[in-house]
Amino acid sequence: MTTHFIVHDAADNVGVVVVEDVQPGTPVTGWIMETDETVSIPALDAVPLGHKIALRDLHAGETILKYGHDVGRTVADIGRGRHVHTHNLKTKRW
Amino acid sequence: MGRYQFQGYRRENGRVGIRNHVIVLPLDDLSNAAAEAVAHHVKGTLALPHAYGRLQFGEDLELFFRTLIGTGANPNVAACIVIGIEPGWTGRIVDGVARTGKPVAGFAIEGHGDIATVAAASRKAQEFLQWASERARETCGIEDLWISVKCGESDTTSGLASNPTVGNLIDKLDPLGVTSCFGETSELTGAETVCAGRAASREVGEKFMDAFNAYQAVIDRHKTDDLSESQPTKGNIAGGLTTIEEKAFGNLQKIGRKTSYIDVLKPAEAPGRGPGLYYMDTSSAAAECVTLQAAAGFVVHLFPTGQGNIIGNPIEPVIKLTANPRTARTMSEHVDLDVSGILRRELTLDQAGDQLIEIMLRTCNGRLTCAEALGHREFVLTKLYQSA
Repeated sequence: MTTHFIVHDAADNVGVVVVEDVQPGTPVTGWIMETDETVSIPALDAVPLGHKIALRDLHAGETILKYGHDVGRTVADIGRGRHVHTHNLKTKRW
Repeated sequence: MGRYQFQGYRRENGRVGIRNHVIVLPLDDLSNAAAEAVAHHVKGTLALPHAYGRLQFGEDLELFFRTLIGTGANPNVAACIVIGIEPGWTGRIVDGVARTGKPVAGFAIEGHGDIATVAAASRKAQEFLQWASERARETCGIEDLWISVKCGESDTTSGLASNPTVGNLIDKLDPLGVTSCFGETSELTGAETVCAGRAASREVGEKFMDAFNAYQAVIDRHKTDDLSESQPTKGNIAGGLTTIEEKAFGNLQKIGRKTSYIDVLKPAEAPGRGPGLYYMDTSSAAAECVTLQAAAGFVVHLFPTGQGNIIGNPIEPVIKLTANPRTARTMSEHVDLDVSGILRRELTLDQAGDQLIEIMLRTCNGRLTCAEALGHREFVLTKLYQSA
């Protein structure tokens, strides 16, 4: 079975797409490295290789967790299965 | 001698190199032409032109000398010619390199001109080169190896797989007595507390935080925006990295899961506490960082990349690995090890770490890296502030 995205830590609210052809409207399967679990969500955007996909609905102002750590805050509401990047996630530093 | 061995060049001071370069080192920007002319005459020598060496002062000047002397002293260098505009500072480099016991000679241009200087330096370079060509490799244990690590044009695949592959190697080889080094101060922003916690003692962790805070102060003083196109870089962002914090946690994967660093080094400072992992205060720019690590005495470099940074170094071989399947496919001539199988779950991290150890030992034995084969010799000095 193809692994479409990988999640570092069970606490993370984003996964990383590791295939080149994730299209909106298709179900995608992810592997949580920490727990060796498999999860499935529908992709709602075309998410390029290496880019992040939201694992649950997120409101503006929430903290994004990756590696189980704070990697920034959302600046827009983000639905589960949506693309997470510079348009909706910003650094808390600098 | 244990399981991992390689064939290296044991130098006069006991350190072991994996290359046998005779370098022609210009003291200053003015002497680049003469250095390159010598390397042109004496085939097999290597000129290291650079942009600095005039009217530097204070800590910046100390760093300059530490970098040039350290480059000449690196055990991958068999012998060294120094050419400078005047004899004073030229002699300072020569004396610094001579402390290793290796052959070194200096030449000053003032009062002689380029042509006579090039003639005299070429005769000495030829002598050194022929002497070096008879140095033989001998079997060395892994504890003789000094390894540096730094990643570049990272993307999310770096944090998922190629950086953890380097970390797996560090976790396996640190207990066997290797000396290793990571750096990239600005690129730990967001992960600095976690990084401080990876120090072997509270004192070393505080030393790290001092270096980190000093670097942040420089960025805060000079920045005009949120560094959104420099840190992360355009390439990082194209590869899916959004924030510096995200990049920092990916970066930190290179030191493995259990290895602690035993000291904090100034830029280009040689380790002084014996075998173990060291943190060095460096820029996150690839060529600057690797140049500083080579000047501190590291002989082989592990360089994970996501989007495809192509850097090399003139004296320290740079081994590239990537987990990005597109980069492995489209830039294969730059990739020494493809670990994209981790993302397809065809390869475990443990297996990838073993593959990296294997390609590293082959490189130590003489295999040319992709960067060496393609002629990448980025020698870039770090400058702390304006010259006088």
